[in-house]
Amino acid sequence: MPYPTDRKYTKEHEWIQVNGNTATVGITDYAQQSLGDIVFVEAPKVGAELSAGNTFGTVESVKAVSDLFAPATGTVTEVNADLATSPEKVNQDAHGSWMMKMTLKNPKELDGLLSAADYEKFVAEEAGH
Amino acid sequence: MSSVEATPTIRKTALNAVHRQMGAKMVEFNGWDMPVEYPAAIGCGIINEHMAVRTGVGIFDVSHMGDIRLDGPQALAAVQHISMNDASKLAVRQAQYSALLYPQGTFVDDVIVHRLGEDEYLLVINAGTREKDFNWVRDNTRRFDCTVENLSDDYTQIAIQGPKAVNLLQKLTDADLSKVKFYWVTRGTLCGLSNILMGRTGYTAEDGFEIYVPADEATSARVWNEILVAGKEFGVVPCGLGARNTLRLEGRLPLYGHEISDTINVWEAGLDRFCKMEKPDFIGRTALEQAKSAGVQRSLVGLEMTERGIARDGYKVQDESGREIGYVTSGSPSPFLKKNIALAYVPGEHSAIGTKVRVEIRGQGVGAMVVPTPFYKRPKKSA
Repeated sequence: MPYPTDRKYTKEHEWIQVNGNTATVGITDYAQQSLGDIVFVEAPKVGAELSAGNTFGTVESVKAVSDLFAPATGTVTEVNADLATSPEKVNQDAHGSWMMKMTLKNPKELDGLLSAADYEKFVAEEAGH
Repeated sequence: MSSVEATPTIRKTALNAVHRQMGAKMVEFNGWDMPVEYPAAIGCGIINEHMAVRTGVGIFDVSHMGDIRLDGPQALAAVQHISMNDASKLAVRQAQYSALLYPQGTFVDDVIVHRLGEDEYLLVINAGTREKDFNWVRDNTRRFDCTVENLSDDYTQIAIQGPKAVNLLQKLTDADLSKVKFYWVTRGTLCGLSNILMGRTGYTAEDGFEIYVPADEATSARVWNEILVAGKEFGVVPCGLGARNTLRLEGRLPLYGHEISDTINVWEAGLDRFCKMEKPDFIGRTALEQAKSAGVQRSLVGLEMTERGIARDGYKVQDESGREIGYVTSGSPSPFLKKNIALAYVPGEHSAIGTKVRVEIRGQGVGAMVVPTPFYKRPKKSA
């Protein structure tokens, strides 16, 4: 599937969409497919300080718990309360279901993330193993 | 987690290629390459599969389970010696849930004992304990006049489960299934195959059958596909181990290695009603008598999460003050009840219904409560 080009991607299957000095974060369609039915999203608290690469929450399917990894360093400004009651929305539309919004301490960090094309390639290789 | 190639030493059922062709997510379970769930694109996924079994019908490849046959003049005596339930109560073609115990009164495995003939019994056992169980049965029944055969590789076993299971299966067999009560078996022609064993048994807390067909790939695939075609009108879906686990958990059915094991005894597991102490002797009886007099220290209870969070296998259980008192044997979201449930071992003093406990989830105690089990009981069929 073509991945939206308006955002960048991590190897842990998160996406990050930047708007000036703030960003919106979610998980990719590949992630939701791999997880299966999502039943629980544990989001960070507003005000939490995140470091790129560290965990910021968990997403749970019926069978398993998966960590969510911060794509960038910054502070959480908003959390999608919808996902507490309707986690299945992530399965229905992963790219349209944001999990959290954050300020970016160092926007240049995103240069190291994958473009939509690179992420597609990465996913194709992962799926082929 | 997707359709990765299995390692060379892993075992496969005759339907393995069929599951992969259908796009199932495969997982290793006790040395077997098994489907955990089928694709959302064909209306599957753990939750849909679970709900299909509760409201319509779902089918499972359970060929990984094992089969041991005892046959001969002393087959009953042999079964009575190793099994805790009373097999002498079985009429021909009747089955019962039971367990094989160690001398300490703990579990070798749980089992369904089927009486197939006058002196012929079939034990259906778990996948992970196939070899262990066969050796145990053979070694502990040498003095009885009967043969003990391992038939595990001879059958493809398919479970058809749900309120519409009997309707589905009836389309494929000449046996009159309306005459087969729950926990009884019959034989008949199925999908053109003669003398096929069909048992009204299962592991889903629903009505249903388990059928045993020849294990060659061609026959197995043909039967599987014919079942899916016949079941279309009932909304049949293929179901994997994911739904199998959530279904049995809702019904408080034990899983070896979790609720029952070689370090847990019958009283702790709450399986008293399947253990007939009035039988003169069986392996484990003496230890169980002693355990009962000494007082049972811990009990298997049902938990329901009262605060946000999912209790999972192995998580610690705490009392209200945060002191560790036990552990979760199996925990998961319950797709039918739409709650997060678990089975856990706790000390007797914390086992009363309504007792408040906490489950440690990623370092935090999350509120839960002891609730009655089974969590789900299938509705009684009206005449």
